[in-house]
Amino acid sequence: MAANQTLQRRQSHLTRGHLPSYAVWVVLAASVVLGAALATLIGFSVVGWAVITAIVFVITATIVTAVAEGERKAKDRLVTFLVYGAFLIALLPLVSVLWTVLERGVPGLNYNFLFTSMNGVTGAVDNQALENGTPVLGGAYHAVVGTLQITLWATLISVPIGLLTAVYLVEYGAGRGLTKAITFFVDVMTGIPSIVAGLFAAALFSLLFGPGTRTGFVAAVALSVLMIPVVVRSTEEMLKIVPNELREASYALGVRKWRTITKVVIPTAISGIASGVTLSIARVIGETAPILVTAGFASSINMNVFSGWMSTLPTFIYYQILTPTSPTSPDPSTQRAWAAALLLILMVMLLNLVARFVARMFAPKTSR
Amino acid sequence: MTGPAPGQVTAPEIDRLEGKDVSTNSLKASTDRGRAGDKIFSGISLAAGVLILAVLFSVAVFLLVQAAPTFVADPAEVTGGNGFTAYILPIVIGTVVAATIALLIATPVGIAVALFISHYAPRRFSRAFGYVIDLLAAIPSVIYGAWGYIVLAPQLAKVYTWLAENLGWIPFFTGPASQTGKTMLTAGIVLAVMVIPIITSLSREIFLQTPNLHEEAALAMGATRWEMVRMAVLPFARPGIISATMLGLGRALGETMAVALVLSPGALVASLVKSGNQTIAAEIALNFPEAFGLRLNELIAAGLVLFVITLIVNMIARFIITRHQEFSGAN
Amino acid sequence: MKALRFGRAAAVISVAALALTACGSDNATNEPAAEGPASSAAGTAVSGTLTGIGASSQNSAMEAWKAGFEAANQGAMVQYSPDGSGAGRKAFVSGGAQFAGSDAFLKDEEMAQSVEVCGPDGALNVPAYISPIAIAFNLGDVTELNLDAPTIAKIFKKEISTWNDPAIAAQNEGVELPDTPITVVHRSDESGTTENFVDYLAAAAPEDWTYEVGGAWPAELQSENAKGTSGVVQTVTSTDGAITYADASAVGDLGTAKVKVGEEYAEISSDAAAKAVEVATPVEGRAELDMSLQLERDTTESGTYPVVLVSYHVYCTTYDSQETVDLVKAFGSYVVSEDGQTEAAGSAGNAPLSESLREKALLAIDSIKVAS
Repeated sequence: MAANQTLQRRQSHLTRGHLPSYAVWVVLAASVVLGAALATLIGFSVVGWAVITAIVFVITATIVTAVAEGERKAKDRLVTFLVYGAFLIALLPLVSVLWTVLERGVPGLNYNFLFTSMNGVTGAVDNQALENGTPVLGGAYHAVVGTLQITLWATLISVPIGLLTAVYLVEYGAGRGLTKAITFFVDVMTGIPSIVAGLFAAALFSLLFGPGTRTGFVAAVALSVLMIPVVVRSTEEMLKIVPNELREASYALGVRKWRTITKVVIPTAISGIASGVTLSIARVIGETAPILVTAGFASSINMNVFSGWMSTLPTFIYYQILTPTSPTSPDPSTQRAWAAALLLILMVMLLNLVARFVARMFAPKTSR
Repeated sequence: MTGPAPGQVTAPEIDRLEGKDVSTNSLKASTDRGRAGDKIFSGISLAAGVLILAVLFSVAVFLLVQAAPTFVADPAEVTGGNGFTAYILPIVIGTVVAATIALLIATPVGIAVALFISHYAPRRFSRAFGYVIDLLAAIPSVIYGAWGYIVLAPQLAKVYTWLAENLGWIPFFTGPASQTGKTMLTAGIVLAVMVIPIITSLSREIFLQTPNLHEEAALAMGATRWEMVRMAVLPFARPGIISATMLGLGRALGETMAVALVLSPGALVASLVKSGNQTIAAEIALNFPEAFGLRLNELIAAGLVLFVITLIVNMIARFIITRHQEFSGAN
Repeated sequence: MKALRFGRAAAVISVAALALTACGSDNATNEPAAEGPASSAAGTAVSGTLTGIGASSQNSAMEAWKAGFEAANQGAMVQYSPDGSGAGRKAFVSGGAQFAGSDAFLKDEEMAQSVEVCGPDGALNVPAYISPIAIAFNLGDVTELNLDAPTIAKIFKKEISTWNDPAIAAQNEGVELPDTPITVVHRSDESGTTENFVDYLAAAAPEDWTYEVGGAWPAELQSENAKGTSGVVQTVTSTDGAITYADASAVGDLGTAKVKVGEEYAEISSDAAAKAVEVATPVEGRAELDMSLQLERDTTESGTYPVVLVSYHVYCTTYDSQETVDLVKAFGSYVVSEDGQTEAAGSAGNAPLSESLREKALLAIDSIKVAS
């Protein structure tokens, strides 16, 4: 009994200046009630209620903490709330966009959509499908092929160039004027409007191979112009934060610089690099404008990036929304567009998974 | 593996490190190969860098050549009838305003989300959260545009009406508010949503790379989590955050389709809740298909101007970064 | 080791990609390949790839023409990129496309440029697609209004700002007009639809519409706007009291205006639109067979609907090889043939060419020959 009391006292001594863990929930409940009251005063709406509740809660909880636990703890708590809040705010549009795409895209996503092209699908076909209540015909297969091919080629061009440039910037060229110039102009390159990249590639190939050269490869080059700076920038940052100790340890073992880079530096940074490459692919896979001026617009399957026109999912979506196959009844086209959007998102998700898998395969074991 | 096993530093290796010729050694062949490898590797790295400069240079030349007729044209023939400057200035301001709104929202939120994923969220979920945010980067801009004008704009229209009624005395919120919600502020918000994942994704990777020792040292000193973040994580990540923001800005400045679909463009107005304003990229996208002759040159010149804006913004960013000592493991 | 592992991962990915690319089908409509509408206008089947770039307005019709033409000519393929009229004409005169689709015939300077790729006789403009432009509004129960050109002009320049304005009421006796404010919605992108609409206003209401005629909406008349036909229709559908102009096929459930022609109010219809094109006069200074048309927007002839968009196909008068000539002729004559026009109308909901125009167009296309 006595020992127990001592323990209790000691505990209370240690937790002095600590709010009990339920305090936050009490404040939250009070804020919800107060928020409801205030929201009713200025005209009730769910959004207004949520906003007021959030503001009241953050302020009250911070003040309560400040009084009970001191200023430092209060600041810490405030930042925690803000960080959680930011996450929720960032989640809102994501959920909204994903919900919109799922809601409108799922009905159109079926076997027929995935494995046929738009070849031969005319407005009359769509009208008929609506009249008879039969499934919407025509699919995005040709666009899936185009997206995969063009993105693959763009990646094949951009990643080696981007990666090597980043290696040069961080490992070889540190402090040189050329390095500064490259870093600066790579930043500038991120600002090239996507349509300009497309026009540039189109003009370049017109010059080299005659007017009107439009193939998947021209589009891949246009996308590379957009992709390279993202790869360089993210890779550069990742290489920079590889600790110098690792490099020095490697040199101390007598390992050549280029082997140090390929065997030590890059593997250490591979997770970040993979993340950056995925980001850059995600950035270009959804591009519309440069594809429109470089790859033409096909409605049938074309497997060859070096000859003939191609469609990609974004151009498919764009044209299905803006020039429906059947202007009199645009619903089938809208359905195809949203299904294609959903498909594109699924593809990028898959790509993300693969990138993570690759990154984990290469990454050295760390404490994290 | 041709290199020596870890931990075995042989005499010839030491010689080689000191630059001595070790011609009698049996490892000479591999050493030579190593030296050649070094040269080749640094050579192709350099070539890659130079190639990028060459590409950028040719893009610049392309833009200049194509844009040139605009600058020598009779001012009356340029769209608007008052010369290129009068034509381009409003949409330059519009572009900067849209990008500013986007960054003002996206930078704090993006960094906070990155912090949440790297340091606040329960370890079990953080990977999943990061994945979910990355997804946002993957959604094509056409979808953002469609979502912006079908879902978001009608919702915001109500907010704008409220803003115009209650805060109308602030120039930004002068009414009457747009009934469709297709305004500059909506475009800025959509751009912010598109930029957040870019900032988050890069910042998160950098936050995760903060040396554990720094963090643990801070915590051991009795720092709260925020103090640890402020003292150990943020200083380490600052150049990376600026880089991430610059990438995001690049996207916000150059974004075409989303703005073209969301904004109801028009002449420059101060109010962000009225329809009006225009960005360069959207101006190009909307008018390019039907453009011919001088109009085409004008639009390319507009692209050139956008290019120059990015150049200036980046110069400013560089200036800020160099004022803070760069933190690099490779230094 | 690691390179090996990377190689393995790459192999897995590429095999997966190959597997995916091996099982798609170009036969979306489940039609037996050999069977197609027996609508080939040219007797013998032709082969090769024909490339066109141009107006997005004819895209839906083009899909129908493509399908019909390719079904009748197994070896032939037509590709058409709806980049826009301007882009199409530019590609055409620089040799980047074999034909262009354009919402306007080639301007004189473009005709001059076309000599370089088309030989001394230059290009040939053939009307292929006619679409009436509806003046569409969202006004609750009111689905039909009578409007004359000056009233339409005043509405679109915002001089008339509510629906119960006396100017509208005077022409619509018995219609209960609400006092809803009028929201004007126009295209934000440059387009042939805008050009034809403002051209109509400028010609039929010259006193009220004094703005420059072009593909872009007059800058001084800034209002709500949206991208593309589907964009303006969507905006008007969701905004009470809004009015816009759009291709008739796309306006859906919106109310449409009857336009005053002469003494009557003309209802929008394919026949009336086709008739308006039929009474158009050829543009002066063009070759005899060229079919550039000057529409008479202020016509008083009854049964015409003058707010109409004519989209052309622009071909060369001569091509380098016999094969191309055969292909172009086969396609061109299929497009303007009765079959082709019906097929397009069934898909795109546009107005077919009238018979006399069709004959003229066939004659023009028949004149295309190999460069000597």
